Amino acid sequence: MNGRLSISRPVCLTGRPRRMRNTGILHPAFCILFAAAASTLAAQEQPAQPARFVVLLDAAHGGDDAGGNLSGQPEKSYNLALSVRLRSLLMARGFAVVTTRESDTTVAPDRRAEIANHAEAQACLSLHAATNNMGSSPAVHIFISSLAPTGTTRLAPWKTAQAAWVERSVALAGMLNSALAHAGMTVTLGRTGLPAIDSMTCPAVAVEIAPGKPADASGSPASSESDVQAQVAEALAAALVEWRSDDKGIQKQ
Amino acid sequence: MIPRHQTVLFIVLLATAIIMGTVLWRQLDRAHQRLLQGQDSAPTQAPQVAPAEQATLFVANDADNSLLARPLTLPLPQNPEARGRAVLGKLLDLYAAPDATHPVPGGAASIAQVFMLPVHAAGASGPSPNTSGSNGGSKNSAPAGPQLAVVNLTSAFAASHPSGLETETLTVLSICATLHANLPSVAQVRFLVDGQPRATLAGHADLTRTYLAAEAVPTEGTHP
Repeated sequence: MNGRLSISRPVCLTGRPRRMRNTGILHPAFCILFAAAASTLAAQEQPAQPARFVVLLDAAHGGDDAGGNLSGQPEKSYNLALSVRLRSLLMARGFAVVTTRESDTTVAPDRRAEIANHAEAQACLSLHAATNNMGSSPAVHIFISSLAPTGTTRLAPWKTAQAAWVERSVALAGMLNSALAHAGMTVTLGRTGLPAIDSMTCPAVAVEIAPGKPADASGSPASSESDVQAQVAEALAAALVEWRSDDKGIQKQ
Repeated sequence: MIPRHQTVLFIVLLATAIIMGTVLWRQLDRAHQRLLQGQDSAPTQAPQVAPAEQATLFVANDADNSLLARPLTLPLPQNPEARGRAVLGKLLDLYAAPDATHPVPGGAASIAQVFMLPVHAAGASGPSPNTSGSNGGSKNSAPAGPQLAVVNLTSAFAASHPSGLETETLTVLSICATLHANLPSVAQVRFLVDGQPRATLAGHADLTRTYLAAEAVPTEGTHP
């Protein structure tokens, strides 16, 4: 293939050969046709590039917005730690990962949605933590947008852009639910209005970890927050691997 | 040169004025204290007792992220705004109880006011906290057409509310569902905190949007 291209270049780029001088306007046309055919053949012969599967991780809060307080640790730090941990797991599994923040910075909800939409992610996870789990065992709450599902439109309104993606978000939530339940977590599903998620044009789910209260008088939880975070991150990574294979199946159909 | 007797007289008069001023100030303070102590703080009018009626509260449960309809018999005023405040007060009292399934401190005092506005008027001009409140000057007639309920929460309630997507969403949805169950004309609900718009309840639940009350009411066997 490369050989054919290298032969064609002197003919078209360095001038007409003597035997073609009388072809007039046909010469450039031949060149264009030949170049188009060559590029088509080249594209066919190149090994197919694996489609880039992008996951967006949105560590909620940050900067001035500390979020809740988890036994002395601000929620923003907990979310960021989960984001970093999950990013490592996903990158090791071949995902392209985009994050909304890498440090303790303030990111507006609209900016989070902008990052997600520019990344054209196939899965968007907004990571949260809760302080209301009175039990000693950890729980995970999964939320999708409360917008009513609509069909895809060319120009989606910013504040309700997620409406066209709600059905895919429900499917993603179901997959995360299965993986977390399989990992032994208590999982609840619900719908809520989150400005960042409502503006995202990707299957988007908010995942909230409720680590649970300390189990004994010494103040040490039944399983430490770090252990819970690791378990959840592993389960989410496993679910996203399944989501990727499911997504490829849908694209082939 | 001022004569000596005039200087002495001036000093005596100045000292007398200072002493008299001090005595008067003390007398005034004592009189004020006597008035405060003797003030009769008992109400001069007996409170109006509303007839007990059946009410439905949608009580949140953190364990399974659900809203459960709970019928209760409560004294409910006829005025829609006072009625809304009464049912929401009872709902938040349940949340403030020690064995609550959705523990939130604050209780009934967390609801500052509940205002009712016609939906079309609210859409045209937005909710205004200057409309007649639940404490007086309101009409007792049932509202015609869909209403927008504006729930004015106290900042103490928002500050003490546990932070989290689930808990905040459940609080907001249970308020919307309870209002709709007891005042069917309430189609939409908006929230204020101390009379001002606020971005979120405690960092998560969006308080800037208008909630559709009917959508908050769970159907049988479903979660919000």
